[in-house]
Amino acid sequence: MSAATPPLLEAEALALQAGDRWLCREFALRLHPGECLVVLGPNGAGKTTLLHTLAGLRHPGAGVVRLLGRAYRERTAREVARLRALLAQDQSDYFSCTVLEATLVGRHPHIDRWAWESRTDRDIALAALARVGIAELAGREVSSLSGGERQRVAIATLLAQQPSLYLLDEPLNHLDLRFQVQVLELFRSLARDGAGVAMVLHDINLATRYADQAVLLDGRGGAIAGRAREILQPGRLEDAFGHPLLRAEVGGHTVFVPR
Amino acid sequence: MTPRPPLLLVLPALLLAGLAALGWALVSGETRADWTSLIGALSGHDDFEATVVRELRLPRAVAAYAGGGMLAVAGALMQVLLRNPLADPYVLGVSGGAAVGALGALSLGLSALAADVCAFTGALVAMLLVFGLARGDGSWTQTRLLLTGVIVAAGCGAVVTLMLSMAHDARVHSMLFWLMGDASAAGRPWPALALLLFAVLACLPLARDLNVLARGALGARALGVAVERLRLAIYLLASLLTATAVTMIGTVGFVGLIVPHLVRLAIGNDQRVLLPASALAGGALLVAADTAARLVLSPLQLPVGVLTALIGVPVFLFLLGRHYR
Repeated sequence: MSAATPPLLEAEALALQAGDRWLCREFALRLHPGECLVVLGPNGAGKTTLLHTLAGLRHPGAGVVRLLGRAYRERTAREVARLRALLAQDQSDYFSCTVLEATLVGRHPHIDRWAWESRTDRDIALAALARVGIAELAGREVSSLSGGERQRVAIATLLAQQPSLYLLDEPLNHLDLRFQVQVLELFRSLARDGAGVAMVLHDINLATRYADQAVLLDGRGGAIAGRAREILQPGRLEDAFGHPLLRAEVGGHTVFVPR
Repeated sequence: MTPRPPLLLVLPALLLAGLAALGWALVSGETRADWTSLIGALSGHDDFEATVVRELRLPRAVAAYAGGGMLAVAGALMQVLLRNPLADPYVLGVSGGAAVGALGALSLGLSALAADVCAFTGALVAMLLVFGLARGDGSWTQTRLLLTGVIVAAGCGAVVTLMLSMAHDARVHSMLFWLMGDASAAGRPWPALALLLFAVLACLPLARDLNVLARGALGARALGVAVERLRLAIYLLASLLTATAVTMIGTVGFVGLIVPHLVRLAIGNDQRVLLPASALAGGALLVAADTAARLVLSPLQLPVGVLTALIGVPVFLFLLGRHYR
């Protein structure tokens, strides 16, 4: 990485607040293209709040978040939307629409106010659906899909947005084992092609396997960020989650098992 | 996938339906007019027939058209704003405020014009009240907005009942007619038609943002939609449309709920087509309903609101059954 390229995502002296409570004290992180960052922590520790702050959708309690070298407030919302995408924790549908229509929503920041979706937009959306393995569902109503299929539609919508930075809030929700691994492999390959990925995960073992960097929140105001292999240590994890862990090496993978 | 008709053919088809309904409204009634005398009336002939068509039926039909269109667009907007496909333009208390204003004026024996002014003022007061109370500490959740609206509407309902129970017998009839929705008293409907046109044109550049918002507020913000500003704009626009429609034709029920629903069933939920199509369909439907209300028990005239409710309730229950099947 040349010194002239600013990191994709950079947080400096970042601290998070929920109401009057400080969720975490100041910490810093830098995410470069090609890297994958995992946020771990117990329930209510502020993982989603952190992700929304990193997405520029929430003002940090203290500190500053920069996307490609510029603070969020220095960019327009539309410009930001072409650079980073956010996968929300829950997918809710109140109105019926087809899977293709739902996926085309991801093209919104790329289409002029007066223009309609072009053939190119349609092709991009169809390719995104194919990439998560549901091309054949394009014409189905979203409301008729299973939870896992909806989660994959949401991921396809994110791919159609074609951002440089992917922020994912529990991307493995509702997915079975095979798709959990497929989705993580998909984002790792996007990272290899030059994107950055930051995601909230619950599974310590999958985190260990896919993370280059990690942020560990302990729910008591503590936050540490750094290289994954330094952060994802039994002592630190036990302290954050408040449960004893065993570490083992199985087939070349490090796994943690609750004791 | 259910095959959908080419979206943009729907609009001319609905426009033609509206024109047909208007034509039917102009020729029907006690004084029969045929299609040739209709052209005469509209081009300025001066016989009795032409005067009836021009001075009585035309303003009434145009009022019904504009009112139906405004209620349907307001309903479609409210459904996106509250992200609830079962919301209608009255759910946030605007019609309650208008009713308090209008009935207050009628029970005091004020003129029709004063009743209009009071109705519009009441609607705006209710709108600002709901908005102010729901905003409160700066947050603006759908649930809070909805609950505040429902409570303000309930309060208005109580005041209306109070006024009806205290009103002079001679005035109760006109008050009840106003409450049920009645297009016969609408005097000057052309500005309302212009407002409807303006509202639809104002919605169009926002329509794709609304599509994104309908999928969820957080996702919409992440996609670069200025959600707070957009919600404020559609809230104000929907309230203004409702206030104008209610002032002109009273609280005609179910148009704002049923029309966007039927249009959605037919062409899907793309707001870029849904909003103009709702305007055209709402107008056509209410003109037809108002004409039917004049004819079914002729010479007795029904308030059009009774007819839309009688049709609307079973249609609504049918849709509800489908929706939560």
